[in-house]
Amino acid sequence: MSLKLGVPSKGRLMEKTFKWFEKRGVTLSRSASDREYAGRVDGVDGVDLVLLSAGEIPRELAAGRIHLGVTGTDLVHEKLPRWEQQVEQVEPMGFGQADLILAVPQSWVDVDTVDDLDAVASAFRARHGHRLRIATKYHRLVREFLTDGGVADYQLVDSQGATEGTVKNETAEMVADITSTGETLRANHLKILSDGPVLKSQATLWRSRSVVMTDKEKAALKQMLALLRGES
Amino acid sequence: MPNRSDIQARAARLRVSFEAAGGLVVDPPLLQPAGTLLDLYGEDIRARAYVTTDALRGEQMLRPDFTVPVVQMHMRDGAEPARYTYSGEVFRRQELDPDRMNEYVQVGYEIFDRDNPASADAEVFAMIALQVRGLNLRAATGDIGILMAAVQGLNTTDRRKAALMRHIWRPRRFRALLDRFSGRVELPESRKKLLSTEGPLTGTSVEIGKRSRAEIDARVEALREDATVAPISENEMLALEALMAVRETVPYALEQLRDIAVDLPAITPALDRLEARAAALAARGVSVENLDFEVSFGRTSMEYYDGFVFGFYAEARPDLPPIASGGRYDALTRQLGQGAEIPAVGGVLRPDLILMLEEAQS
Repeated sequence: MSLKLGVPSKGRLMEKTFKWFEKRGVTLSRSASDREYAGRVDGVDGVDLVLLSAGEIPRELAAGRIHLGVTGTDLVHEKLPRWEQQVEQVEPMGFGQADLILAVPQSWVDVDTVDDLDAVASAFRARHGHRLRIATKYHRLVREFLTDGGVADYQLVDSQGATEGTVKNETAEMVADITSTGETLRANHLKILSDGPVLKSQATLWRSRSVVMTDKEKAALKQMLALLRGES
Repeated sequence: MPNRSDIQARAARLRVSFEAAGGLVVDPPLLQPAGTLLDLYGEDIRARAYVTTDALRGEQMLRPDFTVPVVQMHMRDGAEPARYTYSGEVFRRQELDPDRMNEYVQVGYEIFDRDNPASADAEVFAMIALQVRGLNLRAATGDIGILMAAVQGLNTTDRRKAALMRHIWRPRRFRALLDRFSGRVELPESRKKLLSTEGPLTGTSVEIGKRSRAEIDARVEALREDATVAPISENEMLALEALMAVRETVPYALEQLRDIAVDLPAITPALDRLEARAAALAARGVSVENLDFEVSFGRTSMEYYDGFVFGFYAEARPDLPPIASGGRYDALTRQLGQGAEIPAVGGVLRPDLILMLEEAQS
């Protein structure tokens, strides 16, 4: 069997990943048809390219169905409990930087820290009869961060897209989301709490810890890592 | 590892002894509406309980314990006073430690009685101690009501007391609040800036979301008011710290606590209750002279307990969770009682761990 390298299947993340590998002497390419999710790897022998959604790469690494994978720190930390035991970080790749942050309406002039948030959550619940809602898709990370900060009386509501709009639509009181420049947040009249971020993320090359490799796969991995780290 | 049928057999035996003491057998459903548990524990419960859903009933949880459904049942149609017993599986989601079990059997005994709380506390403790007497366990006890009474008695505003009360079960947060209210830490820059302004502040920004301008202005006003409040005195802080550090056998703990009560007189009624409980325990044959008592016991893991708390630990097996644990949860009956309330106390045993320890002994 060949060594399997999983990379994001579309968009800027895919393009930047291809460029990052190219610079290090490994050429990734998609098959001629744009619709077909197949590709090839040149520069190292015995490596297959697997095109996947960035969100599925953590799971595939953990299951050992791919040996190497490119995806954000945020997705690995959110989707894999005890991620250190399932995957190993090979190289941070220097793009796709984004912070997972907590943001509240700009009109909340009295809220700047997690401390404030806790006090407000308590008053909000007493007044409105339900817990303060935080829209996010990063349930585990946000819950762990808030537990650690001793925040009570909040509720996570799932939002898989257009999260910044939930406050205006009154389906949430605040959001926890990934941002790189904060532009979208500002446009939606939101501001970031000062004692974050919950997590700093960037595109990273990971290696699965849960896969047993053949000699041929080991050799391909060794050659690949040497190239990527500029050791050959 | 003991097998399942042995565990069930031991659970049945334990339950029979609780029935003999007057416990009415109850058997709450495995699936509990998630809303009740989420309202009680907040989102943290999602990390500890399995959640499932259907289109009709929405989110439900595999019961993480029996206490909540037993309280609900009693508050709905229980006679008074009442004793209940139960045995069955509880489920705990595990994400971090693969050695912790995600499903195990609990056998419990709960008393709902207005007349004599000290005697009910002692009854539950002694009944459970009796079941584990051969196992050489260390019993630890505490009383969250003492710290609560101390907070209620502080010379500070009701608002500050309410904030402290809300975080009694989160020691780190409680500590941070105390440090702020006593002036030991500086205010964050953003707060200083806010306090340096006057008048309403919400005028300029776009108002979005459900939290209204009036609510924001009200909190700003409250913060301004709070900034003028005198810090909690050094004297009270030292007494509170001494209180939280008390860790002794019951008689010595009582002695220390009576000394501390000179500076925190509000804890005296709670200490009288502790003394009455010690007498009730002694009357049931518990060796109170050797029983450990810690004021801060149970503050991290037992969120609904608000009075007497206890746990039984296998000293030789520090890796094991408590073999038995329990406590008083008067406030929980108020929260679930829709206007009604009744003093209540209970405890649970782990038959699987009991069998494991017995096997190791023989």
